[in-house]
Amino acid sequence: MAYISGIGCISPQHTMDNEVFLEEAVNQQALFLQCIQPNSYKEFINPILSRRLSKIIKMGITSALISLKDAGIENPGAVITGTGLGCVEDTEKFLMTMLDNKETLLNPTNFMQSTYNTISSQIAIILKCFNYNSTYVHRGFSFESAVMDALDLMANGDADNALVGGIDELTENHFQITSLLGNCRQEAENNLELLHHPGKGTIPGEGSVFFTLTKEQQSSTYCELKGIKMHYKPANFFGVWIEIKQLLEEHNLTEEDIDLLVMGTNGNQETDIYYQQIHSSLFPNTSVASFKHLCGEYYTASAFGLLLAANILKRQTVPTVCQFKGDKPSNIRNIILYNHYAGDQHSVMLLSKC
Amino acid sequence: MSKRIFITGIGIISAIGKNIPDTFLSLSESRSGLGRIKWLDTVHKDEILVAEVPFSNEELASMAKVESLDGYTRTTLLAVIAASEAVNSAKITNMLELTTGLISGNTVGGMDKSEIYYYDYLKERKGNSYIETHDCADSTEKLADLFGISSFVTTVSTACSSAANAMMLGARMIQNGSLQRVIAGGTECLTKFHINGFNSLKILDPNPCKPFDQNRMGINLGEGAGYVILEGEEALLTPERIICELSGWGNACEAFHQTASSPDGNGAYLAMKKALDMSGLKPSDIAYINAHGTGTDNNDVSEGHAIEHLFGDTIPHVSSTKPFTGHTTSAAGVIESIISILGMKNNMIFPNLNFSEQIDELKFSPVKQLIPNINQKHVLSNSFGFGGNNTALIFSQFS
Repeated sequence: MAYISGIGCISPQHTMDNEVFLEEAVNQQALFLQCIQPNSYKEFINPILSRRLSKIIKMGITSALISLKDAGIENPGAVITGTGLGCVEDTEKFLMTMLDNKETLLNPTNFMQSTYNTISSQIAIILKCFNYNSTYVHRGFSFESAVMDALDLMANGDADNALVGGIDELTENHFQITSLLGNCRQEAENNLELLHHPGKGTIPGEGSVFFTLTKEQQSSTYCELKGIKMHYKPANFFGVWIEIKQLLEEHNLTEEDIDLLVMGTNGNQETDIYYQQIHSSLFPNTSVASFKHLCGEYYTASAFGLLLAANILKRQTVPTVCQFKGDKPSNIRNIILYNHYAGDQHSVMLLSKC
Repeated sequence: MSKRIFITGIGIISAIGKNIPDTFLSLSESRSGLGRIKWLDTVHKDEILVAEVPFSNEELASMAKVESLDGYTRTTLLAVIAASEAVNSAKITNMLELTTGLISGNTVGGMDKSEIYYYDYLKERKGNSYIETHDCADSTEKLADLFGISSFVTTVSTACSSAANAMMLGARMIQNGSLQRVIAGGTECLTKFHINGFNSLKILDPNPCKPFDQNRMGINLGEGAGYVILEGEEALLTPERIICELSGWGNACEAFHQTASSPDGNGAYLAMKKALDMSGLKPSDIAYINAHGTGTDNNDVSEGHAIEHLFGDTIPHVSSTKPFTGHTTSAAGVIESIISILGMKNNMIFPNLNFSEQIDELKFSPVKQLIPNINQKHVLSNSFGFGGNNTALIFSQFS
């Protein structure tokens, strides 16, 4: 377990300012959602360096720095990033130049910054942080693996705190390729209506959320992250059912102690069925909050879900735009965050009010 | 919970062998896997040397017992071959009898196919079975599906230290009680993408690489995969299966530069120091270091200084085995760990081929020729990645 004591987020919503939370939701007619970037990164990154960095690296550094500042920590005990696709823009630039120029006249900068660990290492370079540093790149388990690694380091006494991020970028080209798989809505949709119109496919998105996890509770703490479970390709929803049961049992809780579910429902009726089955079988009377209509679907979208859960526990209210099923709960003690990507990588986190 | 971590299975494929026995034979005969490119289509074919696995994808598919190449990248085929050998060597018959996880290291993913079909997808709007194999997780999930693993499946990408970090995470997860057994390692095939990447950085040696040599000119890239089976103290019930112990690990970030190492090798020093401290060993207990030793100007001086800093005047035997296997990038951590283990088990130290002249700034030379009949209780393997992601692992004889 650990405490979430700092958050930094750049997303398709206005999330950079931790003082307010989703009071005004961004609402657009779109095939995919992209992040609202700051007008300038110079407050966070030296402009000379910034010019060489792609969008995802700048978003990663910036949200990491906001998170650490939020927690009042300068040098974290570990930097761990989860990213499904890493630095897509640099990879595409290098790949297309290579193909177009028949393997000549290539810019090494794009290659150097194309590796998935660029974000974690650039953060370490800026912070001069020599501590543990790693990057997980496993689809809908990328962010979860990073969280799990951080919890283990802290449990072991190897770190008192850790900076843990979930980050992915969506480029126009990548959207074009992804859409060939038939997982995207064919026509632009109002994102705030997405979950009310279940159908085929969803709206892809992107985002960067960094959490500062601490071993001890402190004044900036949002909530407690009690534990995490993952399950790869369960035969049916029962595989997830067991993980949730175990997670509750390990913390001496029952279904009745859960005051809110935060779920990764994304409007794709084929795979949203898991969420409905978990809700109706385990928590039929519990309210549900959702978030993918705000950030879109991407490999590390669960980090946005965790941002939502942490803010709900701290503020003790569910933003109206996130209330999905049931009444807005009051006195929110415990939250189960359940997410899956395309029905393959399922994860569950248990969070509690401090 | 298990304090000690044992290796009960190993599997490998690289340019010097399609399995453990062939690899050991090449190593003990000092036979390098470097040569011209045969299978990959690149304009640099005749300019550079690489260590390519000497089989076509069709041949690899048949070795991997994969019926159709659809959706199978070369990276995945290499992974299936090496991981299957590891599982067999650990005599695992029932994957479900222990809570088993799978952790694999990878960076280039399915780029070998993406670089062929990218414009088909983008411009022609034509999809195929490789459209979903682009990312790093695809090869890992193919392995998970093959072995029926669902408890814990993940992919690490810290560039050239990916497989070492995968092994380290596996060991930690057994120690903390969340898994009982882990298949850990990494895989990477050659692609035009990273050949051109390293070429654009001007760090490819057109001739056989010469790690730790005063006149070193850079890297020869390689490809391959390796996996180990990690188990906790349950393995002590069947001690005959234990190959060795994974007794220490350390991960540190150099936080210096995206692709260069610091001159004093601070990150390398920290990683080795952490591993040594964890194992409870003294520097003088380490009999051999399998160095990261890429053959670049920058790495070898930096790593050399880190070794001198940690080991002082009594520097263990050091060699880089990259002149055998090439630099197998994400797989290097596990391939070189397995080579170190094979040396330890067979009382041999494999040489640093192509070495002739000591680096001016360093006080030591690597092992020039195979050393036979040398008992090694503990060996250390270094893996360093872009971004200063440095990891060191220590393996010990099981007693």
